[in-house]
Amino acid sequence: MAIQRRRFLAVAGSGVAAGFAGCAAVSDGNGDEGDGGPAISGESITLTTTTSTYDTGLLDEVNLSFEERYGVGVETVSEGTGAALEHARNGDSDVVMVHARSLEDEFIEDGYGVNRRDLMFNDFVVVGESDDPAGISGAEEITEAFEEIAATESTFLSRGDESGTHTKELEIWDAAGVDEFGEWYQERGQGMGEVLSQTNQGGGYTLADRGTYLSMQSDIDLEILVEGPIEGGPELLANPYGIVAVNPAVHENVEYDLAMAYIGYLTSVEGQKIIAEYAVDGEQLFFPEALAEEPNFQQYVPEDWERTTDD
Amino acid sequence: MIPGTGALHPLLIEFPFEWTYIRSIVYVSLYVSLIAVALSTLCSLPVALLLGFKEFRGKQLLTSIINTGMGFPSVVVGLVVLFAVSNQGPLGSFELVFTREAMIMSQFVLAAPVITGVSLAAVSSVDQGVRDAAFAIGGTRLDVALVTIKEARYGIATAVLAGFGRAISEVGSVLIVGGNIAGPEGESYTRTLTTAIQLEARQGRFETAMILGALLVVLVLLVNAIVVRLGSDSGGLR
Repeated sequence: MAIQRRRFLAVAGSGVAAGFAGCAAVSDGNGDEGDGGPAISGESITLTTTTSTYDTGLLDEVNLSFEERYGVGVETVSEGTGAALEHARNGDSDVVMVHARSLEDEFIEDGYGVNRRDLMFNDFVVVGESDDPAGISGAEEITEAFEEIAATESTFLSRGDESGTHTKELEIWDAAGVDEFGEWYQERGQGMGEVLSQTNQGGGYTLADRGTYLSMQSDIDLEILVEGPIEGGPELLANPYGIVAVNPAVHENVEYDLAMAYIGYLTSVEGQKIIAEYAVDGEQLFFPEALAEEPNFQQYVPEDWERTTDD
Repeated sequence: MIPGTGALHPLLIEFPFEWTYIRSIVYVSLYVSLIAVALSTLCSLPVALLLGFKEFRGKQLLTSIINTGMGFPSVVVGLVVLFAVSNQGPLGSFELVFTREAMIMSQFVLAAPVITGVSLAAVSSVDQGVRDAAFAIGGTRLDVALVTIKEARYGIATAVLAGFGRAISEVGSVLIVGGNIAGPEGESYTRTLTTAIQLEARQGRFETAMILGALLVVLVLLVNAIVVRLGSDSGGLR
């Protein structure tokens, strides 16, 4: 009798266990349909973008007013430009806002992005400690400054993360004809904020976007040694941001209409005004670039990145 | 985005102590890790019992896989889960990427081997005599398993705690699959304490990062206290 009870319960028990396992698997897979949306509203889009737009606080500002206006939440994933575009290529985001025209063009040429718009710009600056061991302060040409850093083998911290800033930095080394890097050249593989903090702590030079530098200025002792075009510096240091929707013909699941609403809002008079008025410590960080009576047609199509550096 | 320049941004005025921000981050951390650990425990205990009592082909192999799993680097798990849930991956149609569910999946993968491995050690150390006695007085296999779990409850509680510790303290995988998303008003969607700490450090706000870190330690202590308490009261069956 006892033996039979055992056998019966063994069968029943394994059935229950299997049921449990099924439950666990189902709740794991299905949970997203129940509460996968954002806490704030019914619909949302995913924006993959660079660290600079997020870390400066600009995106919180524009996304808040976009959400108020359209009731659509913007889920922002901030990472390097390379990673942001890669997520978009996989169809994991609906819209990208990045700052490396060459990579954006590749993205569009490969068919993943449509309807690119110029959004805004600021510029890059070379920052370092005030003692300036390579003597680059006030250099006329950024290539000269970089040559000097390489010649004196002064410590230079590179983002090394396929970001827009890293892409720009590599372009400058290329333009300066520097192709030998020694121990003085350190790839950190981290975001702008981290690299600025590390430069501040360990010393050396780095290339930074003005926005992130200004937003961290009060926490670090680094100085701008070579200005970008906003303060009359070399054009090569221009830093234009573009915004591109993910092609719904390639990825059916993307929220193309909402992405276009977002692009439309950011490039509207209202959106551009928010960008122009956003300031940290009284300094404007980004300069709107979307509105013009005579639009720059090259913003819509792949083009040599150099063509777009005029502001 | 610097405290002290707050007039520019509603979130920044009292940023480090912004209630919505902190509360929602803690909520997301606990939500993701507790569910992941609960699911891991449900799956791990039967496996641990099976491995502890049964002899079968491939047992050695399974045990080594579990032991290896205890040391899985979380970023690798994150990458694999990202690959799985990405729109292009096998689970792409569920649209799980950058959701809490994806984070639960990766933490499940991280916590399950730890819970299984430590429970296995606890279950194996239960005296054979106890199991024989339970069986001899007419207990079913389930009864024997329950008696074993009861005997091994401290070890199993330790296993669950170790799994929870691994889940809530890891940053690599949740950052990759969750995307560290918070709304413009500071309402966290997939931002956990660990990814928030990472973000604050990136932005040079080390004080805020420290505060969040202290909060994380306090949370882990609290959960430990609760589990240990439950373990000693109810005999390990939670």
